[in-house]
Amino acid sequence: MTATTTAVRTRTRAPEERLPGAWGLGLRRGVLELKQFFRQRDQVVFTFAFPVVFLFLFASIFKDDVRGAGVTASQLYVPAMMAAGIMSTSFQSLGISIAIERDEKVLRRLRGTPMPPAAYFLGKIWLVLVTGLMETAILLLVGTGFYGVDLPSSATKWLDFGWIFVLGLTACALLGIAVSSVPKSGKSATSVVVLPFLVLQFISGVYISIDTIPDWMLNIGALFPLKWMCQGLRGVFLPSSAQVLEQAGSWEFGKVALVLGAWCVGGLVLCLLTFRWKNRRDG
Amino acid sequence: MTTQANELAVDVRGLRKRYGDVTAVDGIDLEIRTGEVFGLLGPNGAGKSTTVEILQGNRGRDAGEVLVLGSDPATGTRAWRSRVGIVWQDESAPAELTVGETVRHFARYYPSPRDPEEVIGLVGLEAKVDSRIKALSGGQRRRLDVALGVIGDPELLLLDEPTTGFDPAARRQFWDLIRKLAGEGTTILLTTHYLEEAENLADRLAIVAKGRVVAEGEPAALREAHGTGATVEWTEPDGTPRAEHTDTPTKVVAELMHRFDGEIPGLLVTRPTLEDVYLRLTGQEDVR
Repeated sequence: MTATTTAVRTRTRAPEERLPGAWGLGLRRGVLELKQFFRQRDQVVFTFAFPVVFLFLFASIFKDDVRGAGVTASQLYVPAMMAAGIMSTSFQSLGISIAIERDEKVLRRLRGTPMPPAAYFLGKIWLVLVTGLMETAILLLVGTGFYGVDLPSSATKWLDFGWIFVLGLTACALLGIAVSSVPKSGKSATSVVVLPFLVLQFISGVYISIDTIPDWMLNIGALFPLKWMCQGLRGVFLPSSAQVLEQAGSWEFGKVALVLGAWCVGGLVLCLLTFRWKNRRDG
Repeated sequence: MTTQANELAVDVRGLRKRYGDVTAVDGIDLEIRTGEVFGLLGPNGAGKSTTVEILQGNRGRDAGEVLVLGSDPATGTRAWRSRVGIVWQDESAPAELTVGETVRHFARYYPSPRDPEEVIGLVGLEAKVDSRIKALSGGQRRRLDVALGVIGDPELLLLDEPTTGFDPAARRQFWDLIRKLAGEGTTILLTTHYLEEAENLADRLAIVAKGRVVAEGEPAALREAHGTGATVEWTEPDGTPRAEHTDTPTKVVAELMHRFDGEIPGLLVTRPTLEDVYLRLTGQEDVR
């Protein structure tokens, strides 16, 4: 090879004009993310089966009538596990997978291409949306089939279900993206992400009934989205007689929307401030 | 946007980068012409990777002017990124996808990509199109990395130690691939610590040591300029091996011919190899 190689291929391009758009690429990335997700069996099991297994365990162990609330303990666990399932498919799944992708330099490689960063996040949103819907559908099926929960009885309830799902999923997904920057390596990601999720499930009324948790714990839980997702979903699936169990004695839909909405905004800000394409080691 | 043959693809002046107390790059100047294969050669820790990462736009710098395809990589736009191909030092392709899925997907990021099937053929992975990436061997993954580096039809390809960990046969295959790309007119910058690789592939090379360029030029010219003299070796009649380092080897041989009156036993005249030059310039003579 000598320096006389001047046979430069004519590149007729106008890059500014033809750079592919973020929405289209985001959809493509979403398809790719889903393919990758479903090809990793352990991740599929880890994400989907946990809430289902826990619903089965808790709702089968505790099934007595809750005094004065007109519901059984089993019924209480269905919306709780649905909320946990939404958080599992968004917060936990993204928190772990992005930390691993960062560690394995998948993110850095993407950054070296002309892919618009938004396409990456859009792809994650598609992943979380599809898996979150599937998870919720499975839990709804188990809940209505075995634990005496009825499908939402009116269009209004379905609407409430819809916005709680979307706001909760968005808030948790953004928090998942933010938390992915915390673990130092992909290996430590699982423990760093699962621990706070587990604690939140205890103090937000997922595993333990809301009227049993000490107030100070519940107040801490109330700072995060999970408690409000649980509460909102109880409002969708349980009869209004069960409101007596709530801290405030009502479903507080307005407050649920407010807190989840605030976490969406806060989570987005957190992501924008903390997201890194590279590992700390890589500078 | 067609680049002219005489234009500089990479123009670096006074590049500096420190990590805490360690100076990784200590004033590097580089000029890489459009269409050439340029080798950045140096031992581990010489600052090669840091330099390439700055050129990729993936690392900041403390000082110096850097132009890659006419733009500062630190503020590289998407359009700029679409003209630069990167082959990373460590592979990072998504393990669960197949070769075909990955290459076809990456093609979508670029405004005018090459044909994915053609690129897969170019790197010799036709038989692996439907294999998951996790099932590939190290060499095959490296070739996939090259495929992902060239899929956007880059004007400049940056390769950071592309053949580390290759067996000799895989390395030869890889060199053929690089020559093919260079033959198509792609400007190539490659870092390596294998001298043989630089000598085989590069039109010009720069030897870096301790964050500085210690020598630069065509491989043969470097050998000429920095490898002075020759070593004449022979065996005395009593069997003692002798060696003499000299600037006038012909004269020494003539004298020996006269003394032995004909054949000189065990005669060997050696010019310093590029490797000798390299080891001397990078301060590693002792390892020989």
